[in-house]
Amino acid sequence: MPNVMIRKNDAGDLLFYVAKKDMEETISSVEMDTPETWGGDVVLTDGSRWYIDPISPPPTFPTTLRFKRGDE
Amino acid sequence: MATLTREETQNLIQEVLEVYPDKAKKDRAKHLAVNDQSIEQSKKCIISNRKSQPGVMTVRGCAYAGSKGVVWGPIKDMVHISHGPVGCGAYSRAGRRNYYVGHTGVNTFGTMNFTSDFQEKDIVFGGDKKLAKLITEINELFPLVKGISVQSECPIGLIGDDIEAVSKKMGKELDKPIVPVRCEGFRGVSQSLGHHIANDAIRDWVIGNRDGDTSFETTKYDVAVIGDYNIGGDAWASRILLEEMGLRVVAQWSGDGTLSEMELTPKVKLNLIHCYRSMNYISRFMEEKYGVPWMEYNFFGPTKIAESLRKIAAFFDETIQANAEKVIEKYTAEYEAIIAKYRPRLEGKKVMLYVGGLRPRHVIGAYEDLGMEVVGTGYEFAHNDDYDRTIKEMGDATLLYDDVTGYEFEEFVKKVKPDLIGSGIKEKYIFQKMGVPFRQMHSWDYSGPYHGYDGFAIFARDMDMTVNNPCWKSMQAPWQKPAEGEAEAVAASA
Ligand code: SF4
Repeated sequence: MPNVMIRKNDAGDLLFYVAKKDMEETISSVEMDTPETWGGDVVLTDGSRWYIDPISPPPTFPTTLRFKRGDE
Repeated sequence: MATLTREETQNLIQEVLEVYPDKAKKDRAKHLAVNDQSIEQSKKCIISNRKSQPGVMTVRGCAYAGSKGVVWGPIKDMVHISHGPVGCGAYSRAGRRNYYVGHTGVNTFGTMNFTSDFQEKDIVFGGDKKLAKLITEINELFPLVKGISVQSECPIGLIGDDIEAVSKKMGKELDKPIVPVRCEGFRGVSQSLGHHIANDAIRDWVIGNRDGDTSFETTKYDVAVIGDYNIGGDAWASRILLEEMGLRVVAQWSGDGTLSEMELTPKVKLNLIHCYRSMNYISRFMEEKYGVPWMEYNFFGPTKIAESLRKIAAFFDETIQANAEKVIEKYTAEYEAIIAKYRPRLEGKKVMLYVGGLRPRHVIGAYEDLGMEVVGTGYEFAHNDDYDRTIKEMGDATLLYDDVTGYEFEEFVKKVKPDLIGSGIKEKYIFQKMGVPFRQMHSWDYSGPYHGYDGFAIFARDMDMTVNNPCWKSMQAPWQKPAEGEAEAVAASA
């Protein structure tokens, strides 16, 4: 369950950054992305899947959240 | 020599790897790559930030070097104690040329070396008492010191001293920030982890110090320069451009920087990062906690400077944007004259780089402005994200080498035959003796600044001075030279 910092890049995409692993990846899709909730299954551009319990109201970015690996 | 094709470069890597035993070969192969601009993610072609192989020459430093030497060291109004045996600090003292203004020993301490000089008894009985005494002494001898950082060397972590407790206690007693930094040299695979640890120490002990304090008057044009260590005056050459644009530079991290500048940084509107590797952590933190956005910029060479100035200005209003154009215009005649003078002398020359932090990718633009071509580049301690940023800057089919070993680098140079190498002091004399022009690109070979328009003039002059130095023609003793006529025959057959 790594700590992940989510921030927006210049183009407005969400970036998924794990400091410990030096991994910075763009998020390609989020299961729930509505004005009320944000979260669920998150897929990155490299194909890996992550999961976070949906948060409502949606967090403001940048912020640090704890994710689970999607295949766990 | 013509530029290598993709295949030739690949063969070259294979050839160089031949000498290694199987296991080492397998490992090193992952660190050497042929650049392919179509790749988006560097991890597909190159592995970085791994432990160096035992038995090969690496030029990496330790975590202590990353924290004391790089991040904390240049903060001039603090004393940075090299806590542990005397050597680590003594041998690295003042070698980095991060300039500052002030009276050394009175209100600034940049080039001085403070150490707790551990002896056997300190290792056996612990050095906490000594540290407390040392801190009191420093405060007595140098009353203008604004704060003290304790930079741990290897033994501190091994004997389990509690430097945090001492720092807390002494900090209360002296009413000054005392910052314990757990940057023992054995941590991590290179100095890179030292940067991270240093950033975390700043986060925990410095950044929040003025959180409730509103006495500092901010403007909407406040920026901070992050990750510019003022090597040979770099940060000054950058700062004036920002100021001419109408921005107010509140803090310089950490070249010529002060403790209070760091404390004020969360109050700025934009963090400008030059060295991404060593200071992205703290910038990310400030973005999250204080909502200060950050952006990377590059002040090497007029093309990149103009690009960066425009990008920075885009964060602000039209006045700043118009000013940015004015600044670029103001210097145009100046840098065009420099290019006109040096480009004909340097056109088409090939460069190989092997440096740290940001330079293996940032200086490429400056070389290109002079008509030179970077045919190989590599980092001592980069991570994936650095290579992500490098792939696009480098030409196709050029060489990438991560944590290159002494042997590999020499072999590459023998085959690629660059006209100039830019690397560190440990490589300098080897390559000069091989007859290859060399610039020391960590401390600018006792020159600089290289940032900004002013720096570009010096950069161009230095490169010309090195590449076209007549000494390279005198590498062979006269009696070893082929007789006249013979020389032409050799040249013709080559
Ligand atoms: S590795 Fe340890 S002993 Fe060596 S310079 Fe670094 S801190 Fe000092």
